[in-house]
Amino acid sequence: MNEKDGNLLEVKDLRTYFETDDGMVKAVDGISFQLKRGETLGIVGESGSGKSVTNLSIIRLIPDPPGKIVSGEVIFNGQDLLLLTNEAIRKVRGRRIAMIFQDPMTSLNPFMKISKQLMEMTQLHLGHSRAQAQAHAIKMLETVGIPDARARADNYPHEFSGGMRQRVMIAMALSCEPELLIADEPTTALDVTIQAQILELIKTLKKETGTSVILITHDLGVVAGMTDHLIVMYAGKIFEQGKTSELFALPGNPYTKGLLRSVPDPTAEQGKLYQIPGLPPDVAHLKPGCPFAPRCEKVQEICHREFPPFVQLNADHYSLCHFAREVYAESGGGRAS
Amino acid sequence: MLRFILRRLLVTIPTILVVITITWGLIKLAPGNFYSGEKRLPPAIEKAIRDKYGLDRPWYEQYGKMLWSIVRHGDFGTSLKYEGQSVNGIIRRSLPVSAAVGILAYLLALIVGITAGSIAALKQNSRWDYGSMTLAMLGISLPNFVLGPILVLIFSLSLYWLPPSRWGGFPSRNLILPVITLSAIYMAYIARLARAGMLEVLRSDYIRTARAKGLSEKDVVIKHALRGGLMPVISYTGPALAFLLTGTVVVERIFALPGLGNYFIQASLNRDEPLLIGIVAFIAITLLLMNLLVDIAYAYLDPRVRY
Repeated sequence: MNEKDGNLLEVKDLRTYFETDDGMVKAVDGISFQLKRGETLGIVGESGSGKSVTNLSIIRLIPDPPGKIVSGEVIFNGQDLLLLTNEAIRKVRGRRIAMIFQDPMTSLNPFMKISKQLMEMTQLHLGHSRAQAQAHAIKMLETVGIPDARARADNYPHEFSGGMRQRVMIAMALSCEPELLIADEPTTALDVTIQAQILELIKTLKKETGTSVILITHDLGVVAGMTDHLIVMYAGKIFEQGKTSELFALPGNPYTKGLLRSVPDPTAEQGKLYQIPGLPPDVAHLKPGCPFAPRCEKVQEICHREFPPFVQLNADHYSLCHFAREVYAESGGGRAS
Repeated sequence: MLRFILRRLLVTIPTILVVITITWGLIKLAPGNFYSGEKRLPPAIEKAIRDKYGLDRPWYEQYGKMLWSIVRHGDFGTSLKYEGQSVNGIIRRSLPVSAAVGILAYLLALIVGITAGSIAALKQNSRWDYGSMTLAMLGISLPNFVLGPILVLIFSLSLYWLPPSRWGGFPSRNLILPVITLSAIYMAYIARLARAGMLEVLRSDYIRTARAKGLSEKDVVIKHALRGGLMPVISYTGPALAFLLTGTVVVERIFALPGLGNYFIQASLNRDEPLLIGIVAFIAITLLLMNLLVDIAYAYLDPRVRY
């Protein structure tokens, strides 16, 4: 249905709330975005901004209770995943949408051999026999660059280093050639040198298989070189979205600007690192008005009173701010382009 | 692994010797004697008894003799009260009774406890969860000397379904009430351990991975969660089995079963030194062996554990 406009995934007004003793936590509150086939979308934001919940909602892995997808649509290949039966969504998980998680140290089953954890995927989704699955598992491990894959396949996760385990996770995620790969902070728990290797690996495999990727991270350096489009999330809302290159060059939101300023610049003079003052808000008790207002440099009286509009700045560049156009213009947008 | 087992078995030996020594010392330190009753014995008879058992010898001689006989021949001597019966013979005769009741209670506790605990964890905060955890709470807080008589009152004396006491061989309907009474607290404890273990594992990252793979909930639980979730149960069931096997004093007493536990009380009341030492040593050995078994099982079940 949506094939003609090339959208693999279309999320419309997704809302996922968590019921806690402290009140209703609106972890994801009205998120909409599209992902074109073969593209990479980055989602950035601080901890607790709702990045992971957004993506767990897509494949309906929100622990319920306490979580609940209250409303919205997740159209994947023309099909609303939120309307599927449990049986049907299981056939999507792993087979068509695969996930890689943040912490490779804990995301693999410590009691199960690597080979078995990989074989499980293809035996389940592709109907492989034991032998086929075994051969496929070893092939996948070779693809992600595990040396001596045939021998290492029979090891347990604790016999692998963090980077190797993340490679195993990637091999597992890609073993059924999914159409969409969701990587939830895939490099956060890894050493910097390993981070680059893993990102490079995801990039290469994406090119080879044509898989679309959603890359969740809080590291702007990671998304810069990896993604086509970018979403900046804050307090369960999209604060800014647009082409990655445009967003980096011409941010139209004070929060994005703050994030970009916080990236350490190795060429700059020695000095203090910039940080956005304050802490992310408690999403259980949001006040009316802009959730970023208490931390914002540009804050005006209206920001505390009224929720900001989602302003279109460009063909596909939006920003959630009362002063989006001013900020955009300050960055050099609008006049020049 | 083999070296580990051998080493552990070697450590067992001094441990047992310490246990025997302490038991012996405590008996010696306690006032009174096995032959002294309400009536005072005539001095001639008392002297004859003391001579026969070497009670007037110095303590180290008595201790040495006792220990030597145990170490050399594995012989715990002759009971002072059950005349002419060897301690080893009494243990050999009463162990099957305790073991039959104990193993049945153990299996019952494992099956019911793990099932109830896992279901409670899978359906957390549901009626199942609250129901089984309430029962578990009861099972833990209700002492077996209360539970046993209540069961007897209901099933034997009111409904006339089951015999109230005595050993009827194996298998027999006499076993039902003692087994239930004995297993109640273990069942309850295992259910709580299983629930806690499963809850922790079900929230772990690798279970999320298993779900993200598209596995059915049944496969997620059976293939991925159960093993990790039941590790706490394993470490508890080793010692539990040792205590169940070697008899429990109260339950054997209530149901008049001629098991180790019953002899154990009799021996302490009678100050039957050799029998007491024999049974204590036997319980200690069983306990140590069961702990070793648990460690072996751990190494087998968790690939991260290696000795």
